Amino acid sequence: MAGASGSVPIVTIAGCVVVAIRDDLDDQDILTLQDELVEEVSRRSANGVVIDISSLEIVDTFAGRMLGAMAQMAGMMNARTIVVGMRPAVAMTLVDLGMTLEGVETALNADRAIEAIRAGQA
Amino acid sequence: MAKEVTTGSVLVEDFDRVLSGWLKVQASENVKRTDLVSAKESEKQSRDLLAALADVAPEAATADGFDLSDAQWAPVREALEEIAENRTERGVSAAEMGWFIASLKQPFFEILHEELGETSAELMREIWSATRIVDQVALYAIETLVQKREAIIERQRGEMTEVSAPVVKIWDRIVTVPLIGTLDSFRAQTVMENLLDAIVQWEAEIAIIDITGVSTVDTLVAQHLLKTASAVRLMGSECVICGISPKIAQTVVNLGVDLPNITTRVDLQSGLAYAFRRIGVAAGER
Repeated sequence: MAGASGSVPIVTIAGCVVVAIRDDLDDQDILTLQDELVEEVSRRSANGVVIDISSLEIVDTFAGRMLGAMAQMAGMMNARTIVVGMRPAVAMTLVDLGMTLEGVETALNADRAIEAIRAGQA
Repeated sequence: MAKEVTTGSVLVEDFDRVLSGWLKVQASENVKRTDLVSAKESEKQSRDLLAALADVAPEAATADGFDLSDAQWAPVREALEEIAENRTERGVSAAEMGWFIASLKQPFFEILHEELGETSAELMREIWSATRIVDQVALYAIETLVQKREAIIERQRGEMTEVSAPVVKIWDRIVTVPLIGTLDSFRAQTVMENLLDAIVQWEAEIAIIDITGVSTVDTLVAQHLLKTASAVRLMGSECVICGISPKIAQTVVNLGVDLPNITTRVDLQSGLAYAFRRIGVAAGER
């Protein structure tokens, strides 16, 4: 996916792939992001993935499912995925939709998530 | 008769007679409620209202399109609102309020009958005119009373909601919300919103819900708790439900409700101890 790079910046910090999702992503962008994310995990042989969704005001069922899928994919590559910064309104909507994202780990912010991933390795 | 006698003119010319007649009827009809409103106050309210009517009625009452919501009736409406507010606070019922105003008809009719007794056509016309005014005023009074009462209920409901879900930060990274009474959908939603906002505000890692004071736990309440716990987890924090009494444990199991992946503790103390362990704070055993 060489041409699609840049739509969402993906950085690696201390062995963790960190991605901050913007609010204006459409479904195609999310699929692209998913591709790039697993590529990055494999290239860096990262052991953690942090997905920051603090700027998302709306999470629909598709985006919710994709978060779960990304966590599962990264997990198969031995990277622990943590979703961080979900807003209260988003959390309430997801729960109302019946999407509790059981398979996905969560944390308050990226800081805590990276801490948790590094602590898990030690 | 030299001058024309109308409802308006009676109000102005025989003001004191109307007032004293009205007060007398109030007493005899038992709408004075001297237990709630003092006689002096009643008299002042009646006088104010009549004065406002006397100011406006002579010109306005004779107009064909009688409308109490017109701008020129503003003083009457103000006087009524004041009375309604005063009486709402004292607990006067809507019927009493209506009859309180409607009893004004009696002195009116009496005077009109005296003045216009011989000419029945005019008498009928003025009786209609007086009835129209008094009834409109009475209806407005009832409506105002009901509105005031609804406003009070609304305010109290707001206050109840406010005090019913206080989220407290009891330690660094630990927030707790003690629940008391019954947990309906509306309150459950408020609790959830407050709790999630508090988690963001204080970056709490643990959210403790204390249900010691919740009287009954049925499937609905369990579902609310489950939803709240799920939302808390999605935010990246952990939910602990405390105050599971033996009775609640029995009901929950007998109802077949499953509380998966939720940490539950018997009381707030053990919940707090768990929270301390989770965030790595050493708590000395007592």
